[in-house]
Amino acid sequence: MKHLLSTADLTRDEAIAILDIAEEMRESGTRQIKKLPALRGRTVVNLFFEDSTRTRISFEAAAKRLSADVINFSAKGSSVSKGESLKDTAQTLLAIGADAVVIRHPDSGAPARLAATDWIGLPIVNAGDGTHEHPTQALLDAFTLRRQVALREGTSPAGRGLDGLKVAIVGDILHSRVARSNLWLLNTLGAEVTMVAPPTLLPVGAGSWPCTISYDLDEVIAKGVDALMMLRVQGERMNAAYFPNPREYSRYWGLDDARLAELDALGAETLIMHPGPMNRGLEISSAAADSPRSTVLDQVTNGVAVRMASLYMLLSGDLI
Amino acid sequence: MNYLIKQASILGGEPADVLIADGKIAQLGTIADAGDAQVIDATDLVLLPGLVDTHTHLREPGREDAETVETGSQAAARGGYTAVHAMANSTPVADTAGVVEQVYELGRKAGWVDVRPVGAVTVGLAGKQLSEIGAMADSRAAVKMFSDDGICVFDPLLMRRALEYVKAFDGVIAQHAQEPRLTEGAQMNEGEVSSILGMPGWPAVAEESIIARDVLLAEHVGARLHICHVSTAGSVEIIRWAKARGIQVTAEVTPHHLLLTDEKVRTYDPVFKVNPPLRREEDVMALRAGVADGTIDVIGTDHAPHPSEAKDCEWGAAAMGMTGLETALSIVQHTLVDTGLMGWADVARITSEVPAQIGRVADQGRPIAVGEPANLTLVDPAARWIVDPAAMATKGRNSPFAGMELPGLVRATFFHGHATVLNGQLATPRSINA
Repeated sequence: MKHLLSTADLTRDEAIAILDIAEEMRESGTRQIKKLPALRGRTVVNLFFEDSTRTRISFEAAAKRLSADVINFSAKGSSVSKGESLKDTAQTLLAIGADAVVIRHPDSGAPARLAATDWIGLPIVNAGDGTHEHPTQALLDAFTLRRQVALREGTSPAGRGLDGLKVAIVGDILHSRVARSNLWLLNTLGAEVTMVAPPTLLPVGAGSWPCTISYDLDEVIAKGVDALMMLRVQGERMNAAYFPNPREYSRYWGLDDARLAELDALGAETLIMHPGPMNRGLEISSAAADSPRSTVLDQVTNGVAVRMASLYMLLSGDLI
Repeated sequence: MNYLIKQASILGGEPADVLIADGKIAQLGTIADAGDAQVIDATDLVLLPGLVDTHTHLREPGREDAETVETGSQAAARGGYTAVHAMANSTPVADTAGVVEQVYELGRKAGWVDVRPVGAVTVGLAGKQLSEIGAMADSRAAVKMFSDDGICVFDPLLMRRALEYVKAFDGVIAQHAQEPRLTEGAQMNEGEVSSILGMPGWPAVAEESIIARDVLLAEHVGARLHICHVSTAGSVEIIRWAKARGIQVTAEVTPHHLLLTDEKVRTYDPVFKVNPPLRREEDVMALRAGVADGTIDVIGTDHAPHPSEAKDCEWGAAAMGMTGLETALSIVQHTLVDTGLMGWADVARITSEVPAQIGRVADQGRPIAVGEPANLTLVDPAARWIVDPAAMATKGRNSPFAGMELPGLVRATFFHGHATVLNGQLATPRSINA
């Protein structure tokens, strides 16, 4: 693995290897001394061209727990706002002495471009690019799912995929990099994916995706799912006519109290996942977000472990 | 200098000798005595009328870092062209007689091809007020083609008036068909690939709906309409319907839309970023069929050079456009001739004769016959070459064909009897006093 740009690039064996290493990393995080010496002397740059406190600090924590030095570069107040190009910014960081770049960028494909050009030649981790992908989010989602299923069964999560699991991804699929990364990784790991959204928030062309498409959340819940991944929906989307108003969105596609009660009535073991930050009362009700089904905080914890595993695999050089 | 071209296949047909003297075709047939003419062995080469581009961005005035009239017209000559239509989106915009005359004069001084300025339809390409179309038509540049290319003349009333008004000057409106609301923020063709790449899509309907509207407007007011860079199968269908109704519409396709698809965008390399965007394989095939059956009339390169920094960046920050003058004939051969869709006489029609008629360019796109002006191109269809943007005459290095092996090399170009290209290399410009 030279870069982590898209979950579509991962084979099943590679994906499982990352998840397995993340298990070990997570275990190390429960010790009193959390720090590992694996990346001592290496420098990881968090190159963030978009506001994202959560993802940035997760990567920062991951790198620091591996004893790497971390440089945080955010576009605000930097030379980027003065019109410096991505190429020049990246080359400046190389000159400073970076060993790997974690990049968040508003343009789809910017990390891929950084990896494909001769600009810097460093390992690149895509920390979210436009509406394209967010591979570490999908890895932490898969990690969380795998772990929860193993816990329930009283088995070990190590070495296994997500075979046969039914996962519904619900919400603004069109603008979601999380949805795309999850689509590929869940498929690679053997899960069945259903995308649930109003037709306006599904991309034209999604018919070719390896998943089922539905406009009806109630029907999907009634059929039974192992996990509901709720995506953040921006209320302002109504201004571009994606839906009439947030209330109507919530009524049809939100995980509200009635649908939460329906899960309970069905006796389902459905997990409720959300990549955060949540819009409580829009795509997810407070009761759903705080219910025992919710893995929201678990996902955050696991995010650090998965990012440790990703950085370790990219920078330690030896795969698996 | 006079030239005797020996044994050239005229429009791909029977070989003949052609004597070029005093800027004209002086003799045709078997010519034994060359006199003082330079003899060019053209065995196995095809002789075409000099190519005429309906759609070129020369960037001057304003963006001389990207291209100048000099370098752009050198690129044109290298590509076998003897005339180009220079689009109006310069800085300042070519929306007055002064600017079009400036571009025209720069072209004359350069001496590589006829530079025919295109006038803007609206002042500053702003889509609000008609430019001084009459003044540009009556200027020394004698503008016949008007276009806001790069921007769609979207206001339906303004488009109607423009179509009506140019009739007084035998002009044509060349429309960049792109519904602006449906393409806000658009980065690539909307479809399967854009759904995976997470790029804002550019739906085919944004092009097709404007074409549908405009052919109906052209019919209503009885005006000439030219559709720039048609890129979708649906557009071909609409234009086919319009022509069957007798509407005065002509259509153009670029070489890159005849070959490349949106699969190229998976690389995120902005050299493939272009407006209109690269479409699907089905569209490419429909465009080729449209050229073959005459629905699409001409090849327009949409040659759009950019400085390297405009492409050496991430996709979203990159400029749209590709160079095309020096690869156009090769792509035409590759996609239309070598595929058996058409012969060289058809190539002459779509790259020279009809483009000259649309732009009302005198002395261009003429038959290869005695007494006609010697605007001619000699192409070697058997040669193959690997595209190297660094070796091109254009300043732009943004060729989407870089590294590809293509058929067909321009061996010589004659511009009013003057060799602008000889032995496949740029020769000398034609003197302004000629």
